[in-house]
Amino acid sequence: MINKIVASTTEALADVPDGATILIGGFGGAGQPIELVEALIEQGARDLTLVSNNAGNGDTGIAALIAAKRVRKMMCSFPRQPDSWHFDRLYRAGEIELELVPQGNLAERIRAAGAGIGAFFTPTAYGTEIAQGKETREINGRHYVLEYPIHADYALIKAEKGDRWGNLVYRRSARNFNPVMATAARITVATVHEIVELGELDPETVVTPSVYVKRLVKIPKVVRPITALKV
Amino acid sequence: MKKMDRNQMAARVAQDIPEGAYVNLGIGLPTLVANHIPQGREVLLHSENGVLGIGPAPAKGAEDDDLINAGKQPVTLLAGGSYFHHADSFAMIRGQHLDFCVLGAFQVSVAGDIANWHTGAPDAIPAVGGAMDLAMGAKNVLVMMEHLTKSGESKLVEYCTYPLTGARCVSRVYTDLAVIDIKPDGMHVVDIVEGLDFAELQRISGVPLKYRETARA
Repeated sequence: MINKIVASTTEALADVPDGATILIGGFGGAGQPIELVEALIEQGARDLTLVSNNAGNGDTGIAALIAAKRVRKMMCSFPRQPDSWHFDRLYRAGEIELELVPQGNLAERIRAAGAGIGAFFTPTAYGTEIAQGKETREINGRHYVLEYPIHADYALIKAEKGDRWGNLVYRRSARNFNPVMATAARITVATVHEIVELGELDPETVVTPSVYVKRLVKIPKVVRPITALKV
Repeated sequence: MKKMDRNQMAARVAQDIPEGAYVNLGIGLPTLVANHIPQGREVLLHSENGVLGIGPAPAKGAEDDDLINAGKQPVTLLAGGSYFHHADSFAMIRGQHLDFCVLGAFQVSVAGDIANWHTGAPDAIPAVGGAMDLAMGAKNVLVMMEHLTKSGESKLVEYCTYPLTGARCVSRVYTDLAVIDIKPDGMHVVDIVEGLDFAELQRISGVPLKYRETARA
């Protein structure tokens, strides 16, 4: 019998080695698998490459992992936040590497990895410093930049409900990067707030089919404060 | 002459967004445009994080931390709205399915280049988000910004001195002094704020502007 449910976040991340590349879902607080990031902090793996939209907020989650100097490189689109002080400090001190990736390129490079695409041409960032040193091509009168996939060892994602095979559904804008990241890692670990019997998720509405998910952990639902950017 | 305030600028942009348009509003000033779309005009707002059909801000106490916009502010979803993942959201952008995006900017050049993500200062933390994808992907790229910097320099420039977000992509600029179209032959003034004449606008802008009065002369 297939059963991808594991008892704890600790167990789910026990085998993460030093030097791993890890995709972390979420956009702001929505869909961020914070319990898995906390377990990763406890687990101790170092020299990590993290791929996530932001570079941590406040003193918890990704920010805490960065503060503990466990992250060698951050790949993200928007590191600067009102409360990204740990990343900011280490970046200015030259102690963390940053690969700044436009948000659509980040999503598409992850998607390409999951979909077996070798590289793709995108119009995004043509003529900007992000495209410097990259191959470009004119196709039908438009300019494109060649971008490569982002493959990962682990994807840490957050969903709303799942079953023991690993089918997942999400909730509202907490979906964001999670379903794309689920496809691009050797080992995808998902947290869910509810585990249901096989067949209870409407197959027409399953967002992440089970094939992409290796481990599933149930976690309680906690309402967290929303950190908005200053407008 | 009275400069437009942020809400007047937002209302001016909203005038140009027609019924049925699919629109992405950038973080900050552009977000205000949503408050000025006339009641009854159906406009669908898109957010990078996988939301189409954003509704009004939720009532205090009714916020949902799973439903936010690209600025991480709590929002609501209209009946008929939808959710999708990030790669689909940017396929929508890059695939030219959005009619308009409205971006803030540091500088816009005569050729329609936009710089809005990085001052290039050595200790600045660069952050680009979805701006480069929007600049290349939306059918019409609208820019909303103050006409002058705090030190009085024009943000309309011959060439951007800040790092580019996108090249030759801006179609219209809304400032607190004027509305300016960017066309292959340069910048065309559409509207000027009351009490400011074209000669003065031209003087403080520092780049060649075209205006219907000059065409007549």
